[in-house]
Amino acid sequence: MNRHLISAADLSRDDALLVLDTAEELAQIADRSIKKLPTLRGRTVVNLFFEDSTRTRISFEAAAKRLSADVINFSAKGSSVSKGESLKDTALTLEAMGADGVVIRHGASGAPHRLAGWVRGSVVNAGDGTHEHPTQALLDAFTMRRRLGDLEGRKVTIVGDVLHSRVARSNVLLLHTLGADVTLVAPPTLVPVAVGTWPCSVSYDLDAVLPKSDVVMMLRVQQERMNAAYFPSVREYSRRYGLDGDRMAQLPEHAIVMHPGPMNRGVEIAAEVADSVRSTIVEQVANGVSARMAVLYLLLGGSEPAIGKGVSE
Amino acid sequence: MSYLIKGARVLGGEAADILVRDEGIAAVGAGLDAGGAEVVEAGGLIALPGLVDLHTHLREPGREDAETVGSGTRSAAMGGFTAVHAMANTDPVADTAGVVEQVWRLGREAGYCDVQPVGAVTRGIAGEQLAELGAMADSAARVRVFSDDGHCVSDAVIMRRALEYVKAFDGVVAQHAQEPRLTEGAQMNEGEMSAALGLRGWPAVAEEAIIARDVLLAQHVGSRLHVCHVSTAGSVEIIRWAKSKGCPVTAEVTPHHLLLTDDRCGGYDPIFKVNPPLRTGDDVAALRHALADGTIDCVATDHAPHPVEAKETEWAEAAMGMIGLETALPVVQEAMVETGLLDWAGVADRMSYKPARIGRLSGQGRPLEAGSPANITLYDPSARRAVDPSAMTSKSRNTPFAGLELPGRVVATFLRGRPTVLEGKLQ
Amino acid sequence: MVNAASRPDEPVEVRVADGDPRPKAVLEGPDIRRALTRIAHEILERTKGGHDVLLLGIQTRGVTLAERLAGALREVEGRPVPWGSLDVTMYRDDLRLRPARALGRTEVPPEGVDDRVVVLVDDVLFSGRTVRAALDALNDLGRPRAVQLAVLVDRGHRELPIRADYVGKNLPTSMRENVKVLLAENDGRDAVLLGPTGGAK
Ligand SMILES: [Zn+2]
Repeated sequence: MNRHLISAADLSRDDALLVLDTAEELAQIADRSIKKLPTLRGRTVVNLFFEDSTRTRISFEAAAKRLSADVINFSAKGSSVSKGESLKDTALTLEAMGADGVVIRHGASGAPHRLAGWVRGSVVNAGDGTHEHPTQALLDAFTMRRRLGDLEGRKVTIVGDVLHSRVARSNVLLLHTLGADVTLVAPPTLVPVAVGTWPCSVSYDLDAVLPKSDVVMMLRVQQERMNAAYFPSVREYSRRYGLDGDRMAQLPEHAIVMHPGPMNRGVEIAAEVADSVRSTIVEQVANGVSARMAVLYLLLGGSEPAIGKGVSE
Repeated sequence: MSYLIKGARVLGGEAADILVRDEGIAAVGAGLDAGGAEVVEAGGLIALPGLVDLHTHLREPGREDAETVGSGTRSAAMGGFTAVHAMANTDPVADTAGVVEQVWRLGREAGYCDVQPVGAVTRGIAGEQLAELGAMADSAARVRVFSDDGHCVSDAVIMRRALEYVKAFDGVVAQHAQEPRLTEGAQMNEGEMSAALGLRGWPAVAEEAIIARDVLLAQHVGSRLHVCHVSTAGSVEIIRWAKSKGCPVTAEVTPHHLLLTDDRCGGYDPIFKVNPPLRTGDDVAALRHALADGTIDCVATDHAPHPVEAKETEWAEAAMGMIGLETALPVVQEAMVETGLLDWAGVADRMSYKPARIGRLSGQGRPLEAGSPANITLYDPSARRAVDPSAMTSKSRNTPFAGLELPGRVVATFLRGRPTVLEGKLQ
Repeated sequence: MVNAASRPDEPVEVRVADGDPRPKAVLEGPDIRRALTRIAHEILERTKGGHDVLLLGIQTRGVTLAERLAGALREVEGRPVPWGSLDVTMYRDDLRLRPARALGRTEVPPEGVDDRVVVLVDDVLFSGRTVRAALDALNDLGRPRAVQLAVLVDRGHRELPIRADYVGKNLPTSMRENVKVLLAENDGRDAVLLGPTGGAK
C-alpha cells in the first residue's frame, strides 16, 4: 500500500521531526545561487488544483522544481473538470500520465482521500474543503521551531474561524504530536460542537490567553460568515477576536504572530501587527517551499515513501 | 397450484406444515397430507409472514438507470418482501392520481410483490401547496400513506393541514423529519467524526425538533402521524413521550441505522452517505431498544438505489442513500435477534404486521394461519455469508454492507400462493 | 526506517554471529592517526603550502576525518585551514533503491568554494558513486579552482573513472567483504574493520 500525506495525523512524531529536520537542511538551498537539486529527476508531480490558490500552487511548484521533478499543473479552470468530468475520471487520466505524486487542492473535504484510493502515486493534500492542510501545519511548525526552538511545551494560540479552517485542524493535530499545548480562541459559533474530543483547549476570551502564549496564529475570517449569523458584524468580531497593537503588547517578549494568509488587514489582524518584528508572515511563505520540498522528497525520493499513511477503502 | 411447505418453524416456534392452495393458506399443522401439492422441504427454516416495507424508492418514473419497478420488486422478493411502499420522490413526482396509478400498475404487471404507491404531501414535494391527496386516495392505487420523503414538510401550517386532511380517508402523513435550515449543506452526523473530517454537521436536533413539533400537531388535530427513519436517541425519547400521552404516532427505523455508526464515514466513502445520516453507537443502542419495546413500530428499508457514478465521487458531491431490501432481514437478525432483543415473532410484527397496518394494506401482514392470504417468507437463520454487491438483484450496488458477514438467507418468498423466490432463486 | 548516522552503502555495524569469522581490524587508532598526518603533509606538498585549501568531509565519517585533517594541517602549518561538511544524499544515483532517508548537514565555511582547492574527504573509496555525487553537489555550491580527493581507505572495485589523490591505506578486498571505518567521535573507538558481507543489516 502506498503512503500519502492527507492529514497531519498521518505523521508520527518521528515522521514530523524528520520532515522538519529535512526542511531545515533544504532551507539552505534557498540561499544558494543554484537552488536546484537533482533528487526527483524523472519523477512526475501533478499539481491538481480544483480551487484557486495561486500561493499554495506556486509554493508546491517551486518545491517540486527545486527537486528537479517534472511538474504538470492541472487547474480545474478551463479544463474538462469544469465541464463536469468526475474526480474519478481525472484520477484515471493521472494514472495514464504516470504521476508519481499528486498534489491536490479541492473544495470538498475528503477529495484527496478519495483520490488516493484511485491512483498509484502518493497524494499530498494541499487543502481540502474544511478538513485539513497538513503542509501548512508543517511550515507553521517549521517557522515556530526556527524562531523558538523545540516546540515541546510551547503554548500556541489559534484564533478565529476554527469551524471552517483546515489550517486549524491540521495545526492542532501536528502541534499536539510535537508536544505543544494548543488553545483555540473563537466565538462559540465558530468552534465545532465536538471540539472537546480534540487534543487542545478552547477559550472564548482572547485577552486571558495572550499573556501565556508563545505563538498566536490568526486565522482569516470570511465576511460571508457574518451573513450566516456566525457573528453580528465585522466590527464586533474585530473588537473581540482581532489582534491589534494593544493586544499584541500583552504577549510575552519572545512571542511571535503568525497568519497563514491571505490576511484581512484591519479585521483579524491590524496592519501594525502584521508588519511588526513579531510577525512571521513573510517567513512563512519562504518556509513553505522548504517544508514542501521535504515532504516531496520524503514521499517520492526513495523506493518507497518514508512518511505518511496508507489509505484503506 | 398448491404447495406443501414441510417442517418450517412458524415464527421460529414449533415445526409445522403449511398447505398453500391457490392464493391462500389452506391449513397449518403437523403432518399435513400433500395430496398432490408440490412439496417444499423447509426443515430448519423459519416461516414468516411476507415482509412489508413502508419505505422503498423504486425510482420509476424518472431514474430508471438506478432502479425500475421491475428490478426493485425483484430485489424486494429476494429480500422476502411481498409488499413495498413506493416513495413519491420520482420524476415526475407521484403527486397526482395519474402518477400513482402508473406506479401501481407497473407493480401489478411486474408481479413480484405488491407495489403500494405513496403520494406526495405537497405538489412537486416543494412543501408549498397540498397535492391532490383525495384524488390519490380515491384512485385505483388507493393511496393511504403520504410523504414528501427526501424533503421535510417543514412549514408547520402545511403539515397541520395535511395531517387534518388525510383523516377523511384514514390516511397517514409520513414525515421525513429534517429541519431544513439546521441542515443546509449538511453531510453527516454532527459530532466528533464530522469535526475531525471537516464535513458539515447534521445535528440530531434537526430531526428531533421536527418530530417534537409534529407529535404535538398530531395530538392537537387527532391525526395519524408516521415518522420515517428515526435515527437518534433523542427522537426515540420524544416518540416514547408522545405515545405515553396517547398521540397517534408510529415510527420506523432502517436496518442501516440499527447496525452502522458514523465512524464508517472516516474513509470518506460516500457509500455511507445517507439521509438521515449514520449516527453514534449510543443512538444505535437506543434505536434497537426502541424497536424491541415497541416505541418504534417497524423496520423500513429506505431502499435508495443510486448509479455507480453517484457514489464514486467526492463525499459532498455524492448522492445520499443506500439499498437495503435484500439485506434487511439479515441485518435485523444480526442487530435484534442475535442480540436477544427480539424473537422471530417480534420480527414478524416489526417487519410485516405493523407496517401493513400503518399502510392500511388489508391483504398483507396477516398471521400464518388458515384463511390468510399465502404471503410467506421462508428464511434460513443459520446461513452466514459476506454481502456481495455484485450478487444483488437490485439494479444498483450501493450497499453499505459490502463485505460484511451477515447471518441468514431468504430461501423462498410466496406472494398470494405463488413463489416469487424458491431455493434462493428468483422465479 | 531512516538512519541518519549511517551511509547507505555500508552496514551500520559489523555483527559477530556464531560461525561468522570475526571481522578483523586492519588499521587501529595509531595507524589511522599516522595515515592522516601523512595525508596532511601530502596535501601541503601538492598544494604548495595549502593556502587555498578547503576541506569538505562527506557525511558522515568523512566529516570527522575532515575535521581531524584540518587539525593536523593546523599543527603542521600553524594556521587554521577551513573545513566543512557535504551531504550528498540528494545527489545519489541509488536514491530509488531504498526508502528516502534523512539528510545530513552541508556546511560550507564562509569563504565559500569559489576559486579554492577543495579537498573532498571520505572514509572509504569503493565504487566511486559517492564521490561522483559529491562532485555534483559541489558543482551546485560554486566553482572551485581544483577538486581533490582524500580517503582513509581505498578498497578498489571502482565503477566510475575516479581515483583518490590521497589514500591512507590501499586495502585489496573481494566484493564479498565489507570494510567498516570506526571513528571515536562517531563510534567510540578508532579502527578499520574487514569482515564478511551480509553479517550486518
Ligand atoms: Zn427520507
